Amino acid sequence: MPLSLTEEQEMLSRSAAEFLADRASIAQFRVWRERTHEQAFDPELWREIVGMGWPGIAIRESQGGAGLGFEGLGIVLEQLGRHLSVTPMNSTVLCAATAIQLFGRAAEQAALLPQIIEGSLTFSLAWDERPHFDPFCVATAARSTAGGWLLNGCKRSIADVSSVDRFLMVCRITGEASDREGLGVFIVPRHTARLRIEVTPMVDGRNCGEIVLDGVELGVEALLGGAAAPAATLEWFADIINAGLAAELLGISEEAFARTLRYLKDRSQFGKLIGSYQALQHRAANWFVELQLARSLVQEALLALDADPASSLAAQGPALASMAKAKASQVAELATNEAIQMHGGIGMTDAHDIGLYIKRARTLEQAFGDQSYHLDRLARLGDY
Amino acid sequence: MQELDAFRHDVRHWLEAHCPPALRGAAIPIGDLYTGGRNPKPVHSAQPAWCAAMASRGWTVPEWPAEYGGGGLSREQSAVLREEMRRIGAPTPLFSFGISMLGPVLLKFGSEAQKRRFLPEIVRGDIRWCQGYSEPNSGSDLASLMTRAEDRGDHYLVNGQKIWTSHGDEADWMFCLVRTNTSVPKHEGISFVLFDMRTPGATARPIKLISGASPFCEVFFENVRVEKSHRVGEEGQGWVIATYLLSHEREMISGLGSLINGTTLAQRALKIFGIDANGKLRNGGLRHLLARFELDSAAFRIMLAQAARTRNAAGMGAMASAVKYFGTELNKRRNELHLDIEGATALQWDARGPMGEAWASDWLRSKGNSIEGGTSEIQLNIIAKRVLGL
Repeated sequence: MPLSLTEEQEMLSRSAAEFLADRASIAQFRVWRERTHEQAFDPELWREIVGMGWPGIAIRESQGGAGLGFEGLGIVLEQLGRHLSVTPMNSTVLCAATAIQLFGRAAEQAALLPQIIEGSLTFSLAWDERPHFDPFCVATAARSTAGGWLLNGCKRSIADVSSVDRFLMVCRITGEASDREGLGVFIVPRHTARLRIEVTPMVDGRNCGEIVLDGVELGVEALLGGAAAPAATLEWFADIINAGLAAELLGISEEAFARTLRYLKDRSQFGKLIGSYQALQHRAANWFVELQLARSLVQEALLALDADPASSLAAQGPALASMAKAKASQVAELATNEAIQMHGGIGMTDAHDIGLYIKRARTLEQAFGDQSYHLDRLARLGDY
Repeated sequence: MQELDAFRHDVRHWLEAHCPPALRGAAIPIGDLYTGGRNPKPVHSAQPAWCAAMASRGWTVPEWPAEYGGGGLSREQSAVLREEMRRIGAPTPLFSFGISMLGPVLLKFGSEAQKRRFLPEIVRGDIRWCQGYSEPNSGSDLASLMTRAEDRGDHYLVNGQKIWTSHGDEADWMFCLVRTNTSVPKHEGISFVLFDMRTPGATARPIKLISGASPFCEVFFENVRVEKSHRVGEEGQGWVIATYLLSHEREMISGLGSLINGTTLAQRALKIFGIDANGKLRNGGLRHLLARFELDSAAFRIMLAQAARTRNAAGMGAMASAVKYFGTELNKRRNELHLDIEGATALQWDARGPMGEAWASDWLRSKGNSIEGGTSEIQLNIIAKRVLGL
């Protein structure tokens, strides 16, 4: 393995793996998905996660966090992928805590981050308006009024929509849909008049939905940072989210691989273990190599997003984030497809766990841009 | 840290004083690097002097022990040297199989006398080595090799044939796998020997490739005398040594992939195709291929760098197979992309790129990358067996 974790990171990875295997395993997910879709995650599990300090992993120590950076957060997200654990880590920590740090003023950060760290406030990000991620294609309007803001529009693909306390909504303050500038990030409580939530159950069994804003009135303080969000910062925000999702995808791919490898060493046909056949050995070996490549990119991207903004590594952050997400998506497709194929008929059954990885993987791939989106972006960043 | 800064200071000044200005920033393709030997054929006239200067400090092989002529540098110092060389565009002073393949073997398995004799020659580039491994009937199944070494007391008599010997006609000495015992399992009857290519009975004949070039030879042995003191390791230990060497060869071949820069290809494509009204390359299909290539080549570069940081003295081990497999497949992709970008021009034998690239012959030559040093399929076998335990 080319991977080189520090001792601290290794401890974090091991303790996350142990905790999730015990408290947020696939068996527990199976029980969870049979419930109604009114609750996005188990509040008791979330309390335990908060107790371990995960919401503050990437938050600076001066603000009450652990200061382990996105590299540290990526380690936990990877384990969440491996265990298919249902938590609001993506919505509240990867997306919201990051947004508050990027767009919030000092007072807003001081008010909100401690509540996230202590688990008393959960968030979800409402950015998409279409089936594909298109960061500046935002029509949901925020009109400045005498008392504050008036919001009108529709948002979709909002994770944990039924359970979070507040939404962070990317809305248009000025300009036309698809203008790069003129967007703002608004904090909208879930229980708000003229805000309608519609749950859209997804293949991965997670809670997700749409929101219709029909003349929602908010105070002047609803705009995070008190000003429009610069386009470049919004893109950097998406880069961080994508690197985090790539880490979760990597975890899914690695677990699908580990389980399939075990199966190849366990299942016999024609009187021999199927793993002794070269047709499958070569596919497994190629899969292993692709995993190493994805891991390298994910690590490098997280490193770049943590780096000193003036450094040359940070300058590569946007390209690395897109590469990490594109590669992690490509490898997750390979991994989850091969996992089913190599398991054969049993892989098609709901009773077998291997079929669960493909569903989570595709949902993550679609979020914040799939392979083709990120390859296109990579070309744009390279001016071709 | 302070020591390293002082070292950097020393290196910078020394390089400024000794690197010939004519070589600085000259993008020398891998085939034109200086290879040394008894009859050197430098492509640039300043190359021998540059090699000699670097060798005087052991910096042609920075991390080898100083007692054998190497630089004796730590990994960190060696990285500083590379950085400082890159800073002024100083080319690799010496590129040889002695450095990348035989040296590591001698350091690990050689006798003290062998180390003292052969390593300093490699450091200075006095002797150019070639590799006698493959035989006409022993390609992927290398261990089935038939070249016999008959025990004649203080020496062996070698009879048989090798093939795909890189630069066998230009090399001075050969490191060679020979069968010293036919009554044991095939892996256990092989020995690793060294001999001068001028020894009577050794003949090299170049093979013309689909690329038009002849970098490989057939080499015939008829009663070639090899001193027993030139056997490396024990009799029968040849296969262990061969596989150790192969992992170093694979690391070297995979290095080809790290030279690739996806964005340079895009620049070239922009020149040829231009952009559309949205500022995008005026060939959407090619644009997609280029982006995928940029992505995979970056992933490979980062993976190699991470593997280099964590590799131990014994090399990358089985990871060498992973980088050899992907690096060579990537190099083939790059060469196919040249054809996509240049079109029919790239298929003209005499056409040359802006950096002197010979697109057609490079493209055809690249097909051998996933065959030489163990085919891609053999690499996948190794990964399946040694890494995955299948």
